[in-house]
Amino acid sequence: MLFKSMVLSNHEVSPGYYRMRVTAPPELLSASPGQFVMVKVRDSIDPLLRRPFGIFDIGVLPAAYDGGCEQVYLEMLYKVVGKGTAMMATLHNGDVLDFLAPLGNGFRMGNPQGEKVLVGGGIGLAPLYFLAKKLVENSKVRLFIGGRTREDILCVTEFERLGIETYVSTDDGTLGACGLVTEVMERHLTEDGGDKTIFSCGPMPMLQAVADIARRRSIACQVSLEAHMACGMGACLGCVVKGSEHGDSHPDYRCVCKEGPVFNFQQLMWV
Amino acid sequence: MKPDMSVEIGSLKLRNPVITASGTFGYGEEFKDYLNLEEIGAIITKGLSLKPRAGNPTPRIVETPAGMLNAIGLQNVGVDAFIEKKTPFLRTISTPAIVNLFGNTIEEYAELASRLEQVPEVAGIEVNISCPNVKQGGIVFGTDPKAAATVVRAVRSETTKPLIVKLSPNVTDVVEMAVACAEAQADALSLINTLTGMAVDLRTRRPVLANVTGGLSGPAIKPVALRMVWQVAKAVTLPVIGIGGIMNATDALEFILAGATAIQVGTANFLDPAAAGIIAREMEQYLAENGIAAIGELRGALQV
Repeated sequence: MLFKSMVLSNHEVSPGYYRMRVTAPPELLSASPGQFVMVKVRDSIDPLLRRPFGIFDIGVLPAAYDGGCEQVYLEMLYKVVGKGTAMMATLHNGDVLDFLAPLGNGFRMGNPQGEKVLVGGGIGLAPLYFLAKKLVENSKVRLFIGGRTREDILCVTEFERLGIETYVSTDDGTLGACGLVTEVMERHLTEDGGDKTIFSCGPMPMLQAVADIARRRSIACQVSLEAHMACGMGACLGCVVKGSEHGDSHPDYRCVCKEGPVFNFQQLMWV
Repeated sequence: MKPDMSVEIGSLKLRNPVITASGTFGYGEEFKDYLNLEEIGAIITKGLSLKPRAGNPTPRIVETPAGMLNAIGLQNVGVDAFIEKKTPFLRTISTPAIVNLFGNTIEEYAELASRLEQVPEVAGIEVNISCPNVKQGGIVFGTDPKAAATVVRAVRSETTKPLIVKLSPNVTDVVEMAVACAEAQADALSLINTLTGMAVDLRTRRPVLANVTGGLSGPAIKPVALRMVWQVAKAVTLPVIGIGGIMNATDALEFILAGATAIQVGTANFLDPAAAGIIAREMEQYLAENGIAAIGELRGALQV
């Protein structure tokens, strides 16, 4: 769906990381966690392409005493990495953005009885909050969040407010445990058996480590991938990743935008 | 009165001159929720080969100022899967589907044309001799007029469908290529394909694209495309289809003035999946507002 949105708030939550809330049409309430949006930052030819973002949250603002009516909103948590995101960071309340959303396939919630383990690295945390909000309705949820340094650890309070046990780790030890998020997660997994599903989003080396752990321990695992893409709808073929069946004579490329961005880890080829 | 937007590409009659460019519109079906496919003149499907093709390693795309570089490498499903899986949808729309095809050898071009000759859903053929991102085929035939003419003749002998040749801008003299294809009995020429370019990452000291080089598209190439369309339209009597950075009706009409009979919308489909429909509507609106009865009146009407 194509629609225009108005910025309701846009503020820096940690150096270089922003959280933006915009108005959204009611249809967006049916979007599932893990789906993404493509944003045209401004109506110009530079930057030219839309930028993909995970959905951090979708909700409804209640009607206000001053006459403001009920309003659906969409939130994005984003990191300034280039021209497009730098421009986004300068937007103010009332500015208008153009959206193509919701896109792609989201997370599958799995068996509600099982424990849900969320693993996020840096800005990879973005799609996990919306997921966590849905999961806590029926399941026990734990979050493992990692980053290079304390400034890369975002929105922990929001997750804790949902009643989620949260484990923080940083590469340099400036916040939480010192080390990789995957090491911390694996230590805690050792403590118990039982039905689990891992949901993960973050840099590729982290996802690779998560997939290794899932394979070794036979745990169900879904990963959300990030990729450069032009269209977000399966036309440009710019965002492909190798599927598990990939070989030189029988190509098995999957579009991150259309077949993902969430994949069962067994659908992908891990090097 | 409603302006006459119809145009003819060889024996193919289009309701309007707006065509979606190969490689930017999938097989049409991907876009059906975003625009009414009956509103555009034709669609051109992703470059097709005899066998499925994996395409290039990633990263395959990068944005550059007012444009983008791509090195997809002609990833496609191959002709068998195309006929089996993609034509059923094409049957459900009245908008003609033109198939962009390429081969590694002249024989492969001819065989593909012959396979598609039997497929009623294929309204025409666009011969790709201009993909800059694959080593064999494509560009090899696109930079030498003799080789291009040989490919066109080989395809011509296997097809009665309208035959369009897509030309590369990565040549010294595009007119020479155009004339060679016209003499080899092409029905129309489309230009330009992407301009070869590259992007460098200072931080990693590596090229951004895994393929090192890629094809530049988008508004950045529009002036080059306009110039080439203008030159070619003056030199041949065949219909010319203008391509290159067309984002709106104004851009499209500029190409018509420069001599194009029809235009292709490419990169714009990525920004706005409804772009081609909007461009067609706004072109018609321009004609209506300016009292122009038929799009043909603007063709080549550039005053130099």
